[in-house]
Amino acid sequence: MASLDDLKKRITSVKSTQKITKAMKMVAAAKLKKAQESAEKGRPYSEKMNNIILNLSNGISDKENAPKLLSGTGKEQIHLCVVITSDRGLCGGFNANIIKKAKSYFIKLLNEGKELKIITVGSKGNDQLKRVYGENIIENISFKNSKNTNYFDAEKVGKVIIEKFEKEEFDVCTIFYNQFKNVITQIPQAQQIIPLKTEIIEEDKFEDNYEFEPDEDEILGNLLPKNISTQIFKAMLENSASEQGARMSAMDNATRNAGEMVDKLTIEYNRSRQAAITKELIEIISGAESL
Amino acid sequence: MTEEFKIEIVNPDKSFLEKEDVTEVIIPAFEGEMGILKNHISLISFLKPGIITIYSKSGEEKFYTEDGIVEFKNNNLSILTSSIYNLKNFEQSKIQDLLKIAEEENKKLEISDQSKYLIDQKIEVLKTIN
Repeated sequence: MASLDDLKKRITSVKSTQKITKAMKMVAAAKLKKAQESAEKGRPYSEKMNNIILNLSNGISDKENAPKLLSGTGKEQIHLCVVITSDRGLCGGFNANIIKKAKSYFIKLLNEGKELKIITVGSKGNDQLKRVYGENIIENISFKNSKNTNYFDAEKVGKVIIEKFEKEEFDVCTIFYNQFKNVITQIPQAQQIIPLKTEIIEEDKFEDNYEFEPDEDEILGNLLPKNISTQIFKAMLENSASEQGARMSAMDNATRNAGEMVDKLTIEYNRSRQAAITKELIEIISGAESL
Repeated sequence: MTEEFKIEIVNPDKSFLEKEDVTEVIIPAFEGEMGILKNHISLISFLKPGIITIYSKSGEEKFYTEDGIVEFKNNNLSILTSSIYNLKNFEQSKIQDLLKIAEEENKKLEISDQSKYLIDQKIEVLKTIN
């Protein structure tokens, strides 16, 4: 059995760990509120953008010559996967879930004989993926220095993707991120952004006759690259809310576990202290008896 | 009054401005400036660098923007933009910064004609504000 001193030391160390996890939980909770707010504030933009693109792609006259970002290259050979993860750990299954989702998709692609290219956003994803798919990773982007998710970061990622698309380095692009449902649940998502999947509106629902200036093609050409950045921005916002949520619940669990451990150790400590006292008493009594 | 319509300016990270009592908006559309009044036909267009002027009951407001998309539908004007500044509190240093970035981009050789046109526009507008 561990000595009293050892037990005491362990209790203090667990207690200080608990303090840390508790503090992290508080910080995550505060950040979560902010992240959630900005995710909500960012929604109108992407929704409006989506609407406009829907209207445009339905109004487009010449489907054959539609911009390639919308209609695709006509092939599906080379897949680009953008895996968005966090830069920091200690957030439970948050990163692991995205990676798991992405890996199963990678395996499916490779089994079908497709070519795979990966861009990782956030260093955690890169750390985990480079062991197995090191050769497939063509770029790693990390925003460790920016404090909050901002649009310019998303635009940077968007520009990288579009540049590669224009050089015909890939045919299909999919992004992986966690969608924020609530604090406990985050759903890993795979979303295809190139070619863009638009829902087809039935003819009678599409009643608006828009005036386009300049024509549809040119607007689409200008709009689609922006939409890529917007989608990525949306994914990043969802991701950062999810990250804080996951971290909060992970740290909550850790705090609770530490509390249980402190209780257990305290009982053990008290017991062995009692045992020591009893032992001393017995020694005194039996010493007195023998006189 | 029947002469009013609604305007909404949205940034990627927040809603920038919302007004219900707008009588006229002048936007720097890609093919030239455009004035929008109530009951304009449904319209989609995009912006070049320039000044958005909003006339409403409460007066006149001017904004500088670098790019954006405009949609007008059912007397609802939505402007989606990632860079917009109110001229009222547009700081000198910020203007200088933007001007600097634009001028540096202008020096690059491999830019397309269209982006050169846009950058020239940007510089011109920024210089007038200045």
